[in-house]
Amino acid sequence: MNATLLMTTMLAAPEDGGGGSFAKLMTIAIGAVLINNFVLMRFLGICPFLGVSKQLDSAVGMGAAVIFVMTLATLGSWTVYHLLLAPMGLTYLRTIAFILIIASLVQLVEMVLQKFSPALFNALGIYLPLITTNCAILGMAVLNIEEKYNLGESLVHAVAAGIGFTLALVIMAGIRGELNEEDIPKPFRGTAITLLVAGLLALAFMGFSGLVPS
Amino acid sequence: MRLAAVFTNGIYRENPVFKLTLGMCPFLAVTTSVENALGMGAASTFVLLCSNFLVSLFRNVIPNKVRIPCYIVIIATFVTLVDMVMNAYVPALHKSLGIFIPLIVVNCIILGRAEGFANKNPVMASLADGLGMGVGFTLAMVLLATFRELLGNGTWLNVNVLGEAFHNQPLLIAILAPGAFILMGFIMGTFNILESRGGER
Repeated sequence: MNATLLMTTMLAAPEDGGGGSFAKLMTIAIGAVLINNFVLMRFLGICPFLGVSKQLDSAVGMGAAVIFVMTLATLGSWTVYHLLLAPMGLTYLRTIAFILIIASLVQLVEMVLQKFSPALFNALGIYLPLITTNCAILGMAVLNIEEKYNLGESLVHAVAAGIGFTLALVIMAGIRGELNEEDIPKPFRGTAITLLVAGLLALAFMGFSGLVPS
Repeated sequence: MRLAAVFTNGIYRENPVFKLTLGMCPFLAVTTSVENALGMGAASTFVLLCSNFLVSLFRNVIPNKVRIPCYIVIIATFVTLVDMVMNAYVPALHKSLGIFIPLIVVNCIILGRAEGFANKNPVMASLADGLGMGVGFTLAMVLLATFRELLGNGTWLNVNVLGEAFHNQPLLIAILAPGAFILMGFIMGTFNILESRGGER
């Protein structure tokens, strides 16, 4: 594929043409962080949300790892889909291709971090293997294709969704820290009370739904 | 090992959702109606059966070091199959399940059973385990979907149960995202109460 075609594919104008491209990017970003929050509204990444939200610092670590891998995975999956699968008529292979990209990317990131930034590896290392089966990452890759976002929009979407995930995780960790001090009825300790709190949090996030006209 | 015991194990004693807390994402997302829950359950059960079968069949061939990528490719292949078949024959259901069909790949139940059961058990036992886990997952989804559809729409499997007045002014929140979390929290708590009572006897 020649360079001009590549550039036009990457920067293709949004199809609806409404508003400037910056306005569209802002809409995507705010939508992904607050309105369609990946965890609380789209139900993506529930496992780490329930599992890693016990302490604030692990919540921040997991959030950072997800933002990082999500952005890289979006770059990889978008490129492979639009420059390899789509031109060759192999779009039905997208699920297999995406999961392989994500799995190998996680492995690669792990190795690179271990070699060049041991400090960062120690901080994020234990969260990285968990990310392969985090449905938020694969969900992001699939959503970007279904929404027909171009590369720039996809990347903004990925970073914003990662921030939204981190936000939900950090708020949850804060609340769970307080819950430890409370006298919760015994049957509701653990997952049950966490789900109830998540429900109230989702209710609060629904208040954002009027923020961007749809 | 008795196959019946392996089968029922997944339905109650090791129910993937209530006991192992696996597969929560599709579980919470698609339980807006009983119909969606059954569709998702059927699709997941099919993938679980096929992947357990292949993983168990090739358990002595797949090198230990690359087993996880192998399992993922096996699972992703069957998910692609399900995706295409559902798109062709039940397009409405395919549309309402949306991205959660490709996301069956990352359903931890399926990889969990491949890694935790199928790779060290014979083919027949693995099939029984896959079917049990699949049915257990489906039943759990139908349970939550029953509450959500009844409260949020007044219907069960699209049949009006709670009357016209309720159907016109339902508890909409049950179908929206917060309802899934809250109802699931109550179901979990109720299960814990039942369980602790059973233990005291």
